[in-house]
Amino acid sequence: MLEIKNLHVELEDGGKSILKGVNLTVEAGKVHAIMGPNGSGKSTLSYVLSGRDGYAVTEGSATLEGEELLEMEPEERAAAGLFLAFQYPVEIPGVGNMTFLRTAVNAQRKARGEEELSAGEFLKIVREKAKTLKIDAEMLKRPVNVGFSGGEKKRNEILQMAMLEPRMCILDETDSGLDVDAMKLVAEGVNALRDPGRAFLVITHYQRLLDHIKPDVVHIMADGRIIKTGGPELALEVEKNGYADILAELA
Amino acid sequence: MTALVKKDARRIDATEARIATLTLPSGGFSAPARADALARLRAAGLPVRRDEYWKFTDPAALNAPEATAAGAMAEIGAPLFAERDRVRIVFNDGVFDADASDDLSLAGVEIQRLAEADRADLHWARDLYGVLEARGQSPVLRPHAALNTAAASDGLLIRVTGTAPKPLHIHYTHSGETADAILHHCVRVEPGAELTLLETGPAAARFNKVLEVDVAEGGRFHHVRAQGRDHARRAITHVFARVGREALFKSFTLTVNGVMTRNEALIEIVGDNAVAHVAGAALGDGKDGSFHHDDTVFVTHDAVACESRQVFKKVLKNGATGVFQGKILVKPGAQKTDGYQISQSLLLDEDSQFLAKPELEIYADDVKCSHGSTTGAIDETALFYLRSRGVPVEDAQTLLILSFLADAIAEIEDAEIAADIVARLEGWLARRRR
Ligand SMILES: Nc1ncnc2c1ncn2[C@@H]1O[C@H](COP(=O)(O)OP(=O)(O)O)[C@@H](O)[C@H]1O
Ligand SMILES: [Mg+2]
Repeated sequence: MLEIKNLHVELEDGGKSILKGVNLTVEAGKVHAIMGPNGSGKSTLSYVLSGRDGYAVTEGSATLEGEELLEMEPEERAAAGLFLAFQYPVEIPGVGNMTFLRTAVNAQRKARGEEELSAGEFLKIVREKAKTLKIDAEMLKRPVNVGFSGGEKKRNEILQMAMLEPRMCILDETDSGLDVDAMKLVAEGVNALRDPGRAFLVITHYQRLLDHIKPDVVHIMADGRIIKTGGPELALEVEKNGYADILAELA
Repeated sequence: MTALVKKDARRIDATEARIATLTLPSGGFSAPARADALARLRAAGLPVRRDEYWKFTDPAALNAPEATAAGAMAEIGAPLFAERDRVRIVFNDGVFDADASDDLSLAGVEIQRLAEADRADLHWARDLYGVLEARGQSPVLRPHAALNTAAASDGLLIRVTGTAPKPLHIHYTHSGETADAILHHCVRVEPGAELTLLETGPAAARFNKVLEVDVAEGGRFHHVRAQGRDHARRAITHVFARVGREALFKSFTLTVNGVMTRNEALIEIVGDNAVAHVAGAALGDGKDGSFHHDDTVFVTHDAVACESRQVFKKVLKNGATGVFQGKILVKPGAQKTDGYQISQSLLLDEDSQFLAKPELEIYADDVKCSHGSTTGAIDETALFYLRSRGVPVEDAQTLLILSFLADAIAEIEDAEIAADIVARLEGWLARRRR
């Protein structure tokens, strides 16, 4: 599904090197987790994959089902099936959440040559999906993420994911700032989307999210590289001993 | 008049040269008001760039004896408000167009043309014509408004005695290359009465328009206008409003295109518990020649527990210039005033500029007044967020521009009329994608 090869990225502004040769393959139907200390480049990786400005790829490639992602516009990547649940979801005053969702869903359908959803069809689907995420009608009416609590913002990300039905979902610290109940809701939302044709890359600091979203593979990222890859037990090891042992092992 | 202007030979010459090209109507109920206004104009002289009130906008083309040529452009798509049930009155190059107009008849409203009513003696109109304009000359001079009162060739005298069942729509078409129109409307909203006034169209190559609105106790007046799309047109407009006890006054203006537009609004709140909102959305593209848009607003609170709001937004690109001069004056005794003012610009490139002069002057102690002014570019983070959800970059920009304008558009009370305005905005944005 997603294949990242020897990816080197620096900041366009100043040239600071952040990703220093990332190699990662996520297969369809699988959940991969990335853990790693703050500042190791996890968010950068997710932004570069989704096409945010400000980063220069100096080497390497990233393909989604064989298509080179790095040459596409952000909206083309989305239409190709990539989705990023933001670590910090963005507030957009003046744009209603519902308008935002419908614009996004229909834009993607259009890009794929599918027919746009009618207002009625769209409403029915949103209501259903919002309900399972405990997002009420009032939250749907408000401007995108404005005045939302941390947990509401994260649930809103999952709602967008559920509506857009991407093939490759990247979740950047979707668990941070969530209480246990909210985290369960988010995890249920993700698990409901698990499908042989869909893959997940879950970036997190904590084992606890991985109790609910069971990963197939766990990667440890440090200083712009994947330094260790293992099974779910690797997350438990991090939980118990932190990153120090793993980093020391490699030093 | 309290304001002093430097009188010099050049200003006097320019003023006399302008007056020489005016046709000054005589006789009728407005004759004394017109004579007074001409005297006011002569005493003040036309503005010059070094006048404090004109430092951001060059009045030369407004002062010139003749209008600068401006081609008339065809409307694109259906005319604005075409689907609304309304009474439509048309002026072409400032001349009443009987064939294109509906009958001047609307339940609860008396409508007469200034050019015709002048022969009759309308008491209410005599008490209003040029009266609010004259009051509006202090503390700042507005010579073009005095010129208008003196020389207006026509206009509508509208007396609202009940709740009008549908809006009154004045549409200004433009055909003559050098058409120079001067129109003056008066609206008297009697106690408890209500009217929505719509205005659309470019009107002329140069348009000087005054609208005097007197809203009596408990009356409600809604004003929504869209200044026409002709790229080269110029306009100086004034809205003078007096708002009585428990009355409501709301005015919204959409401006797209136009080489030069100066919209002044002078609102005097004279009755307790009244509400006055004035808002504007301006979109300018300097590529069409040039775009200079100036909103100059003065709200005076002279009563207790009144609310005023000024919400002005400008979207500027390719060297367009936006100006906002806005003031809230709270007079002694105007306690419990709730005054709000925001002026914001969205600059779509680095060539455009926004010049703002927000002012508060408060002489009462128990008031809540706030003002703010911002200039910014499209929020790149929001843009990326939208694109990451699959929204194409140009649609995402449009969505963000509309969201920027949303607070101004929200000042339009009627949802259908607001939707018409949004549709017009969307059309404009779609035609000008980067
Ligand atoms: N736009 C930016 N400007 C400056 N530094 C940045 C920027 N983006 C990332 N960085 C730096 O790159 C490194 C990796 O950051 P990030 O990808 O956010 O890490 P993580 O998500 O793993 O905590 C950090 O040192 C961070 O300060
Ligand atoms: Mg991060």
